[in-house]
Amino acid sequence: MVIEIRNLIVEYKGRGFGQSSTVAVKDLNLKIREGEVFGFLGPNGAGKTSTMQVLLGFREATAGDAFLFGVNVREPIARQRIGYLPEMTYYYKFLTAEELLRFYAKIFRIPRAETVKRVEFLLKLVELESARKRPIGSYSKGMQQRVGLAQALINNPDLLILDEPTSGLDPLGRMKVREIIQRLKNEGKTVFFSSHELGEVETVCDRVAIIHQGALKVEGRVDDLVRRYQTNLEQIFLNIVGYEPPLPS
Amino acid sequence: MNTVLALAHIVLKELYRRKDFYVLFVLTAVITLLMGSIRFFNDPNIVRDLKEICLLLVWVSALIIAVTTAARQIPAERESRTIFPLLAKPVTRGQVVMGKFLGCWLATGAALVVFYLFFGIMSGAHEDRWPVLNYFQAFWLQWMMLAVVIALVLSGSVVFSAPSANITICFCVVLGILLLGGHLNQVALQQGGLLGTITYTVYFLIPHLEWFDIRKFIVFNWPLVPWLDCFWATLYAIIYAAFFLFATWLLFRRKALTV
Repeated sequence: MVIEIRNLIVEYKGRGFGQSSTVAVKDLNLKIREGEVFGFLGPNGAGKTSTMQVLLGFREATAGDAFLFGVNVREPIARQRIGYLPEMTYYYKFLTAEELLRFYAKIFRIPRAETVKRVEFLLKLVELESARKRPIGSYSKGMQQRVGLAQALINNPDLLILDEPTSGLDPLGRMKVREIIQRLKNEGKTVFFSSHELGEVETVCDRVAIIHQGALKVEGRVDDLVRRYQTNLEQIFLNIVGYEPPLPS
Repeated sequence: MNTVLALAHIVLKELYRRKDFYVLFVLTAVITLLMGSIRFFNDPNIVRDLKEICLLLVWVSALIIAVTTAARQIPAERESRTIFPLLAKPVTRGQVVMGKFLGCWLATGAALVVFYLFFGIMSGAHEDRWPVLNYFQAFWLQWMMLAVVIALVLSGSVVFSAPSANITICFCVVLGILLLGGHLNQVALQQGGLLGTITYTVYFLIPHLEWFDIRKFIVFNWPLVPWLDCFWATLYAIIYAAFFLFATWLLFRRKALTV
């Protein structure tokens, strides 16, 4: 199992005196197998980010456990084989794309000769060869997102965690991200991503899970769900979150 | 260690690319050189005063560089959210703290080397003496003191999310220790009672940064400080720096990553 989440509970304590705590994730259980492209869906505030934060070791779970490749996420080594692309571009603006990739390669202890090859390959993949010597601060949003994708792939990860990978990208940028996800899938890598683009999820994902108010509502293969509910993924999602269409006037 | 060094390298690179770092650096170097180039009829007292002023300038500048650099490291990572892709790699929060500390300490060390080089050239040109070992001792002890200061500021940066508040408080604490720390035991003797006990406790708990100040040895051309004393001072600084770094790790380990 690549990702295993067991009875995960995430609670946020109230900040002020007497404020009650908020449960962000309620007893979540999830298993993601090798080679799957898994879509993690839910409306804003559903608990997607909290779950991802636990998986990435940013936050401690209130209860339950999460494992990456069988290693508890509390251990930093659990993150050795993963790549992570955050929703927004959070990179050192004073570094160039090349320097950023070299820095992350150093953290993964990738040998120097291999780093050179890997950096060349990734800059070509995300089409940033001509801008490699420019500071990231001078890049457009699309370019910064591409640097993000390159840094997520620096260690040739077996699992890629993508948080809203196409948000804020133009159609060309979205297409590029989709192509890369497809390419990773063909290479047998596992991709776990959250997205609001349900059409995109339907095209790319093998399996999806829909989470609402911290609880898992639906999980399964995309084609099975579509068959079972006799409608498309977007409609399933809207039914689960309790959306009622306005009455015709 | 590889990760810590990589993080320290990033701190150095950021400083190297930030313009504000150079302002203080160049200003101190220029003032030191200018003062050194002035000749006041070769009066030894004036030369001594010049040396004292230049060394004070070096101390103040190095302190400003150390405090301001260390204070913004962790808050900047949290504010710009660069901490997220970093911690998504096999990096522990302890390594982040150590990397930030090492980067700041090496940066202040590099600035100190240049300051002392300027100072050495200036005073050597006036006095025709080149007490390299004395300068090395002064540099080394000041650098060790800055290790304690940087570790203290880093722990403050986890407590106070605004770097300006941390900078102000740390400056007050460091200057308070430098100016008054050595006299607290005498104050305690005069006070007596509970207040005296409290003052005594504070005297024994605070890191005595003033012990690392050997400017007088340089100004009055005194002989070298015994090397064994330098060793004990180094050990003392290591213990205090380790204590503050441990405290930083304890505070940062469960800290929410967003500001």
